This record gives sequence, structure tokens and C-alpha cells, in this order.
Amino acid sequence: MNKAYGKDILRFFLLIAVQVLILDHINLGGYVNPSLYVLFILLLPFEIPGWALLISAFLIGFGVDSFSNSTGLHAAASVFMAFLRPWAIRMAGAPAEYEGNLKPGIADMGFRWFFAYTLLLVLAHQFILFLFEAFRLAETGYVLIRVLAGSTFTIILIILTEYLFMQKRK
Amino acid sequence: MRHILAFIWKHNFFFLFLLLEVLSVILIANKSFYQRSVLSNATDRVTGGIFTTWSGITSYFSLRQENQRLAEENVRLHHILTKAQLTSDTLSVNVTDTTYNQQYTYTVATVISNSTNRRDNYIMLNKGKRHGIERDMAVINPQGVVGTVVSVSENFSWVMSLLNKHTKVSARIDRLNQMGTVVWEGGNPASGTLLDIPAHVKINKGDTIATSGYSHIFPEGIMLGTVEEIEVETGDHFYTIRFRFSADLNSLRHVYVVNNLFNKEQLELRKNIINE
Repeated sequence: MNKAYGKDILRFFLLIAVQVLILDHINLGGYVNPSLYVLFILLLPFEIPGWALLISAFLIGFGVDSFSNSTGLHAAASVFMAFLRPWAIRMAGAPAEYEGNLKPGIADMGFRWFFAYTLLLVLAHQFILFLFEAFRLAETGYVLIRVLAGSTFTIILIILTEYLFMQKRK
Repeated sequence: MRHILAFIWKHNFFFLFLLLEVLSVILIANKSFYQRSVLSNATDRVTGGIFTTWSGITSYFSLRQENQRLAEENVRLHHILTKAQLTSDTLSVNVTDTTYNQQYTYTVATVISNSTNRRDNYIMLNKGKRHGIERDMAVINPQGVVGTVVSVSENFSWVMSLLNKHTKVSARIDRLNQMGTVVWEGGNPASGTLLDIPAHVKINKGDTIATSGYSHIFPEGIMLGTVEEIEVETGDHFYTIRFRFSADLNSLRHVYVVNNLFNKEQLELRKNIINE
């Protein structure tokens, strides 16, 4: 049990560090701020209990928030994303059985499955993030641009990271 | 009662989601409440420590730029120094000096974290309560205005950058002495918006915008930027002016925190008016 989640715990801290120390300082025209840290929520094992999924999503969001003085913002977006995760897994086509210790990554599920799954969840995450960030209806256009730009870059980064750290099944 | 509990237990995934989401929204909405809490002090200590170490590493990359900037400011200050002025010892001249009372003191601080790509951007400084930093102090750098201190812990402080939707700085166009308000509409981190300048005055591209000195936070005449684009929306009696920030908010290193020694007196005076 502990060993199964060891990698996830390591990923938790690593992704927060990469997010707040490097990605948050990237600036392309002021619109792009990829949220690579959501990869943590994407890669949690299929069998994780619902409460653990929600709480760990809240914690990583809160962690990122503490570093950018945006209390609650990333937490809200991450929790929403975690809430949709079971639905997204179903939409992308759930594996028939969890036998053989399948993980929701490219290595086990294939590129097409992973892409659909990531697209749904990242869009949901970015939408809540930028909506709550602006908190004004007057800025709808601005929010949409940011959601699209943010999602595109986040998805590209997530897929690159997946390929970079992919471990072949034995 | 038991039925309700059973119902909640059955749908625990949904209810836990609701609980955490509501908690997050409360945190977003009641930011000032969180900032005054003990938890915030604890997280600031952790994040501050990590940012200090990290900026210690990354600061080497901008040394050349930073030295250049400091040298330029030294030159400017040398110009004002009495040594640079002609002294004649044959005549004794009476000077009525009006600067008999110091209003502002400056503390130098280092930026250890900064962002420009969000809607609300904040800057973390390596000075806090212990160094005399307080809420509502102005933050500037040699180029111009940077932001306002919004939250202070023992050793660190968070500054609301100009690049924030809550930014509102009282400003004026130097040449015309016309008063307006500076806000940031998101997007481009190099340009801001000046509102409330009446449409009958003639404004040119390149006019400089500086702080008005009417707020109790910013000293008068700190540069904000230069006018780039002027427009009047139909049916409006005021300009919407886009201008380029004079301070490069994306490459901040050393900043000055400005303490207005008369802040309390000015605030009290204002409170009296409101109470009338």
C-alpha cells in the first residue's frame, strides 16, 4: 500500500517545485501560464478512494497557492478537476478490469486514451482557474483566451513529460 | 437523522467535493482573513525560505543588468548631491529651505519571488515586520512604481504588483497636471491603463505619467510610465489611455519600500472627514 503511493508522494513535491520555481516565471505575452502540476492528479492510481483523490487534489492546489499568494484559487480548480476525474475516466473508456496494476498513463492506456482524458480534465481545471481568478463577467473574452492558451500549453507539457519519464512495461 | 447521515455517507464523494470547493471559495473571497491567520504565517515561513534559497541561485543570471541599473541611479543621485553644485565662498546666501521635515524613509529589499502571467500578480520580499515593513507601504524601484505591501509576516512580505486587478494608483500627467487613476486590465505585463482624464484636454504620445502624491501611500512624482495609445470610447467624457510602465515588472531585483511617516496623521484626518 505504502509502496504503491510512494511515487505519487514524490511526484507531489517534485511537481509543486517545478511549478512554483520554474513554470510560474514563464511569460509569453502575459497570457500563458501552464499548470503542469495537475499531472499529479491525472496520474493517481485508478483504485484510489474518492476521498483520498479529493483531499490530495486540494492539498496540491493549496501548496501551489501558498507560493503565489493566490489562496484557494488553485485549490478550487484542482478539487473540481478531481471531482470530474471518475467521469473523465468513463468518458475516455474505462479499462475493463484493473487487473495487472494498470496506471492512467500513456504507457498503459495508450496515447489516444490519455489525450482524451487529459483534454477533458485540463480544460475543466483551467476554466475554473481563470474564471475564479478574474471573478468578473466583464472579462469573459480575457478568460476564454487564457483558458485556451493555458490548456494548450499545459496539455503539450503534460504529454512531453509523460513521454520523457515513460517506463516501458516489462 | 440516521437517514440523512446514511445519505451523506452514500454520496460522500459528492459531499466532500462540495465541502472542499466551498472552503476554497471562502479562502479566495476572504483573502484578508487568511492573510491575518496563523496558518498564513507558517506557510510564508516555508515558502519564504524556499524562495530565498532559489533566488540566491538565480540572482547570478541578472547581475550585469542589475549593476547597470544601480550605476545609472548612482549617476542620477550624484547630480543632486551638493558636491555637484557650484559653491561660492565669497558671498553668504540665505536660503529658505522648505525641506525641514522628512516625510518618507526608504528601506531596500530584495525580490525573492515575482510573477507577471496571472490576473493578480504578487511579489514576495525578503523583509518583514522585523525590518519595519508594514501594510500599505509603497514599493518602488529606480525606474518607477512597483506596487503596494498587502501582507506582512515576521521576515517576509507580499507586495501587490501593479499587475493586479485590485491596483488603483492615483496618477497625473506631468505636463498638464491632470489627475487620473491607473489600473491594469490584464494581458500585457508591460502596459497599463490610465482612466478618468477628461476628454477635452490635449494629450500627446510620450507624455509622462507619475504618481500624484494625493494618496497617503505613494510619494509625489514617482514615474509610472509614458503614454502610448489614446482613445475615447463613444459616449464617454474620459480618455482611456494605454501607457508603457517605466519599471520593468518582469525583471525586478532590488526595490525600495517607502514608509510615509505622516501616514497615520493623514489617515486620521481623513477619518475625521468621513465621521463628520
